[in-house]
Amino acid sequence: MASPILMPALSPTMEEGTLARWVKKEGDVVKPGEVIAEIETDKATMEMEAVEEGVLGRILITEGTDHVAVNTPIAVLLEEGEDASAADALDLGPKAEPKAKVEKNIPAPASAPKAPASSSTVETTEPEWGETAEITVREALRDAMAAEMRRDEDVFLLGEEVAQYQGAYKVSQGLLDEFGAKRVMDMPITEHGFTGMAVGAALSGVKPIVEFMTMNFSLQAVDHIINSAAKTRYMSGGQMSCPIVFRGPNGAAARVGAQHSQCFGSWYAHIPGLKVVAPWSAADAKGLLRAAIRDPNPVVVLENEILYGKKFPCPVDEDFILPIGKAKIEREGKDVTLVAFSIMVGVALEAAELLAEQGIDAEVINLRTLRPLDTETIIKSVKKTSRIVSVEEGWPVAGIGSEICTIAVEQAFDWLDAPPARVCGLDIPLPYAANLEKLALPKPEWIVEAVRKQFGD
Amino acid sequence: MGSMTGAPSRQNGPALSKEEMERAYREMLLVRRFEEKAGQLYGMGLIGGFCHLYIGQEAVVAGIGLAMKKGDRSITSYRDHGQMLVAGMTARGVMAELTGRAGGYSHGKGGSMHMFSKEQEFYGGHGIVGAQVAIGTGLALTSAYKKDGAVSIVYFGEGASNQGQVYESFNLAALHKLPCLYVIENNRYGMGTSIERSSASKDLSKNAAPWGIPSRKVDGMDVAAVYQAAKEAMEHCRSGKGPFLLEMETYRYRGHSMSDPAKYRKRSEVDEMRRTRDPIEALKAEMIKHGIDESFFKAVEKDVKATVKDAAEFAETSPEPDASELWTDVLVGE
Repeated sequence: MASPILMPALSPTMEEGTLARWVKKEGDVVKPGEVIAEIETDKATMEMEAVEEGVLGRILITEGTDHVAVNTPIAVLLEEGEDASAADALDLGPKAEPKAKVEKNIPAPASAPKAPASSSTVETTEPEWGETAEITVREALRDAMAAEMRRDEDVFLLGEEVAQYQGAYKVSQGLLDEFGAKRVMDMPITEHGFTGMAVGAALSGVKPIVEFMTMNFSLQAVDHIINSAAKTRYMSGGQMSCPIVFRGPNGAAARVGAQHSQCFGSWYAHIPGLKVVAPWSAADAKGLLRAAIRDPNPVVVLENEILYGKKFPCPVDEDFILPIGKAKIEREGKDVTLVAFSIMVGVALEAAELLAEQGIDAEVINLRTLRPLDTETIIKSVKKTSRIVSVEEGWPVAGIGSEICTIAVEQAFDWLDAPPARVCGLDIPLPYAANLEKLALPKPEWIVEAVRKQFGD
Repeated sequence: MGSMTGAPSRQNGPALSKEEMERAYREMLLVRRFEEKAGQLYGMGLIGGFCHLYIGQEAVVAGIGLAMKKGDRSITSYRDHGQMLVAGMTARGVMAELTGRAGGYSHGKGGSMHMFSKEQEFYGGHGIVGAQVAIGTGLALTSAYKKDGAVSIVYFGEGASNQGQVYESFNLAALHKLPCLYVIENNRYGMGTSIERSSASKDLSKNAAPWGIPSRKVDGMDVAAVYQAAKEAMEHCRSGKGPFLLEMETYRYRGHSMSDPAKYRKRSEVDEMRRTRDPIEALKAEMIKHGIDESFFKAVEKDVKATVKDAAEFAETSPEPDASELWTDVLVGE
């Protein structure tokens, strides 16, 4: 049966082109893969190959014709033995019909549907976990991993120096002895490779915890965290899941220079498909890491080296766990809301003490999770205090503070008595010199100053 | 059958039984006709974006497919339609994903480069050159961890073989003796750059030698040679001896993607390959020698054409994904 040969689209954006030259002429036999014509697009001259076998019956568009729309019939292909008159019987139809068919199907809503209300809303009151004991953040993280590894055979830890060395920062101390080399795997210094490998393992049925010696080295592996781990569930239409934890110390340590001192909070919080938590206390560390390991999604856990050795009371209940997506009010107050995460929670609490001496009663929110952000707790607090200051160690541009201030303006504008303010690390690579480093990182006095400004001082 | 650059031809007579030849022929023809149809639908504007066709390389997936066992996993780059069809994914589901419709494997949210099938243990479909090599090594880590006996087939091109993570993966797989079969599909061109201009290593099959990973160079246009090599390599992997590398010397007839004018090679080179080295024609000639008659080929052609026609019709008529699909599958449990 005679069939039309249509002007092809030869690139993702091509809508029309020039039929530069017919390589075959009327009456020629063509086979699949043979070049029949040359088409000029805005980018290049492309060869057009025959798809079906047949005889080029009639040429409808002569060579040299410009602006031939995609899907315009340009020739008629006859089956072998068919007479050229078969072309006459062919209904060449409305031009560009298939393309139009697609476009017809595209709904043109005024705006995309809104995001569904987050189902990560969790109970507003934390259960009472009872008795606590003082432990370091380092111990809390180790205990969280050990508890989850005992609970689930599929959970294992891999990273540089996690096994025989007992952890570069001793976070994995004792795990090799208890769980053996199969479940506590030392990795060569090869973040790109082992992170990709861990993602593949997670996609196919196990639950790796990837320790980065510091989060700075996660940059070597960032493609796998974003493109491989975070997006695969969506790109697979929900078939695949990637239960994996990426954890390690984040932010400035002490005089380790620019390449080893930066906060990745806003980097990872930017990515749909990831969850991001940033513990401050030992209880945060234990509860959030357990939740991260149990979560069926990729979770980034941003720890802090300086906090590793700090002691905090932590519930001893062996079921203790914290919800991802829920902030904690560490200090209640009525005059201003300070929002912080990780090591800056402690700095904000110190600032609150200084402010109290000056008669200002600050509320301090420990975010605990950066994605999904607990907007509800932030907004509720702002509506109470009418002032908000975000505090982070990272850089100001497009930081977590930018997000928090925007949310306050968008959702509590009428309650605000002063412009929201950000306290951030200075917008520079972190210097080595002791005095310069100290000058570059937020301290309680910066927060006090930002708050005083909101009160018109 | 001669090779292109010195890959040893298979020895010891026919490597394939009659049934295996018939299966391989059917699968290769399905891939060929499917891809021709995909090219056609692209030309009609029904498929958008990037679309990389597998035409010319069919013997690689068909031969390896014959050697795979149930439960074996596979993963590849963005030139993935052939792998998916041979893994047992339906032509309908793959084609409908190409057209971005609800009936596609990813409900239209992945496209040509991003398709997966949990059921067929196919792990994509990856758009970042070389990423699938590290991820694929992880599929094999799962096997080692769970002792499930599966082998993971990790396909990548000679272009990807210059990526650092490929060698990080070789090291990890060799260190941990992972059951991982690495398959370099050397089709001579990484987009528009020929192997001669991109790789100082002239024999890619030797690229895993520093890690003690055994390897072979294979005539990737000869499905029986591919099968023979894959069978041996997979036995090695399955027996706990660790990874294996196969370099398949193959050739793609079409451009890198649909929008590739292919000015980096002469038309005569492509024509010569098609004329003298076509993997489907070669198998057919061999099958005729073994007494399989024309009626078989006619019947397969008819079947395959019907499958592809049905897939194209499904892909054109399946509705576009509902707007509510925008927000689903971002996270598990939401």
